[in-house]
Amino acid sequence: MYTAPHLVLPKVDNLRDINVYMANGGYEQYKKAIRMTSDEVIDTVKRSGLRGRGGACFPTGLKWSFMPKGNDKPKYLAINGDESEPGSFKDRQIFEYNPHQLIEGIMIAGYAMGIAKAFIYIRGEYHAWVSMMEKAVQEAYDKGVIGERMKTTFGGDYAIDIVVHKGAGAYICGEETSLMNSLEGDRAYPRFKPPFPANKGLWGMPTTINNVETIATVPAIFAIGAEAYASIGAPGHTGTILFGISGHVNKPQVIELPTGTPLTEIIYDHCGGVPGGKRIKAIIPGGSSMPPLRGDEIDGVLMDEESLKKLGTHIGTAGIMVMDEDTDIVKVTLRIARFYHHESCGQCTPCREGCGWMEKVLHRLDHGEATSSDIDLLYNVASNIEGNTICALGDAAAWPVKGFIEKFRDEFEARCKPERSFISLNVVHGRRNTASTLVSTTV
Amino acid sequence: MSISFTAEELRKIDELKSRYPDSKAAIMPVLWMAQHKWGWLSEDVMRHVGDVMNLPYAHVKGVATFYTMYFKKPMGRHHVQVCTNVSCMLRGGEKLLDHVTQRLGIGNNEATADGLFSIEEVECMGACGGAPMIAINETFYENATIEELDRLLSAASVS
Ligand SMILES: Cc1cc2nc3c(=O)[nH]c(=O)nc-3n(C[C@H](O)[C@H](O)[C@H](O)COP(=O)(O)O)c2cc1C
Ligand code: SF4
Ligand code: FES
Repeated sequence: MYTAPHLVLPKVDNLRDINVYMANGGYEQYKKAIRMTSDEVIDTVKRSGLRGRGGACFPTGLKWSFMPKGNDKPKYLAINGDESEPGSFKDRQIFEYNPHQLIEGIMIAGYAMGIAKAFIYIRGEYHAWVSMMEKAVQEAYDKGVIGERMKTTFGGDYAIDIVVHKGAGAYICGEETSLMNSLEGDRAYPRFKPPFPANKGLWGMPTTINNVETIATVPAIFAIGAEAYASIGAPGHTGTILFGISGHVNKPQVIELPTGTPLTEIIYDHCGGVPGGKRIKAIIPGGSSMPPLRGDEIDGVLMDEESLKKLGTHIGTAGIMVMDEDTDIVKVTLRIARFYHHESCGQCTPCREGCGWMEKVLHRLDHGEATSSDIDLLYNVASNIEGNTICALGDAAAWPVKGFIEKFRDEFEARCKPERSFISLNVVHGRRNTASTLVSTTV
Repeated sequence: MSISFTAEELRKIDELKSRYPDSKAAIMPVLWMAQHKWGWLSEDVMRHVGDVMNLPYAHVKGVATFYTMYFKKPMGRHHVQVCTNVSCMLRGGEKLLDHVTQRLGIGNNEATADGLFSIEEVECMGACGGAPMIAINETFYENATIEELDRLLSAASVS
């Protein structure tokens, strides 16, 4: 079933059914993995070049190697299915179309790191998809491929239990330390790092957190081999990746393609171009926290982390948002700033206050009440959040604001009122409010 | 009405607690159970959750108020959620929100007097490929139109 580029979402009907999954070679990769030592499994993932699909692109095999060896204390695996970064809707496809490959990936990862318990954290809004995943986990228990019975099914003495945990609406829970607090039953405030989760994670024990797509990719690596996987896509960011394309395209969709696929190929060939044949003003390459690219610079852009980094942006969650020539950039920036302000947990002053400021200034800009110096103020506020916070939500809020100003300064300027206007004194005088209008506008 | 889980629900809660190394972690699934049963998390409900979870009320309240999906006041039987985040905004999400607020005559996070409907402007729901999207209770409606919204609201108001 594994033919590139359809490694995570193979083109097999009804693959969500465990019988179909097994009839197509499902749960065979785990058998391969347990014939290796745990170090060999980790080495295989390292050689594949797999990097995390949750946004930060961290090398997966390396992350696994940070986990302490030995079984003197419990260790945990947390699968991040919070998928709340605006523009991201790809992990949902795995819950719906290939949940058993995620489970098999968990088994292989768990075996490699000596973990006996995994949690799949799914955002609360995904009610239906939580049920799908729960059903798949139940099927896996019933078939004896996970839990105690997997020892007899596959041989060996390794077993893992899987619990599906449903969130309840808070973007911050996608941040890995916040996710751990949420799982433990506390308010989901991000934790300081260090200590890093590999040393002190869930319930103070060594923990690895990986994105859904990252783990669902693992069985495919064992199926085709690490070297074959590494030869797909861009050399520094290998393999296939799920792109989610939304906004102004004719066929918005999730599509699995090799990393490094040209952006224009994705937009025009796979997604049918822009409605009405309009031109593209801007795109966001990987979820709303990633700095945008201008429409006139997307020719030749390759969609992998190393290529995008050279352009000052990142692959993030590979959620591509396309905006046509009529898009109001100030409004988009305001909407993004409003989101991060709403989702800031409020622990750090630069994030809490800065996000509020950015929204306020953008609101004034949107309403034509700001001046050109406010744009600089906005840029400075964003710069002061960046790098000064406990978690990366602060950066996530700052980057798009800075990016949109850098790339579309003219659009912001066009919305400003003149810096200083003496005539305005008279206007104020001429429009002086009476007491009654003041009352009616302030209540 | 006295607030308490049935014996069967309490058994389910014990099972939930046993899934985690520390039973406190079951608070989110138990709050979900409570919300399904009582519609929203009143102070009495949160106190009862605290009792069955062996957790102080202040902790339960702290957790419940952290998350937007736990209702801290009664919401409509049909909770209409409209996404206005970027991908939905680009494809008309705000028009849908305006339409539903006008049609129902209530604002964001409010419920109609008959308790039938409530409205919430939501952040990205992970359905951007089907933008604009709305959700009614737990069901997503993607590529939503004003006509479809009207049809859904009409159908809901007689159900
Ligand atoms: C504010 C914030 C939100 C995040 N949301 C998610 C998310 O929804 N899903 C996800 O997999 N990672 C998310 N991340 C990244 C995680 O912290 C973590 O890096 C990731 O889950 C690790 O998995 P990976 O190495 O497989 O990519 C978020 C990070 C931040 C700072
Ligand atoms: S950066 Fe923002 S979201 Fe992250 S911990 Fe600080 S206040 Fe909370
Ligand atoms: S922006 Fe509306 S679902 Fe993502």
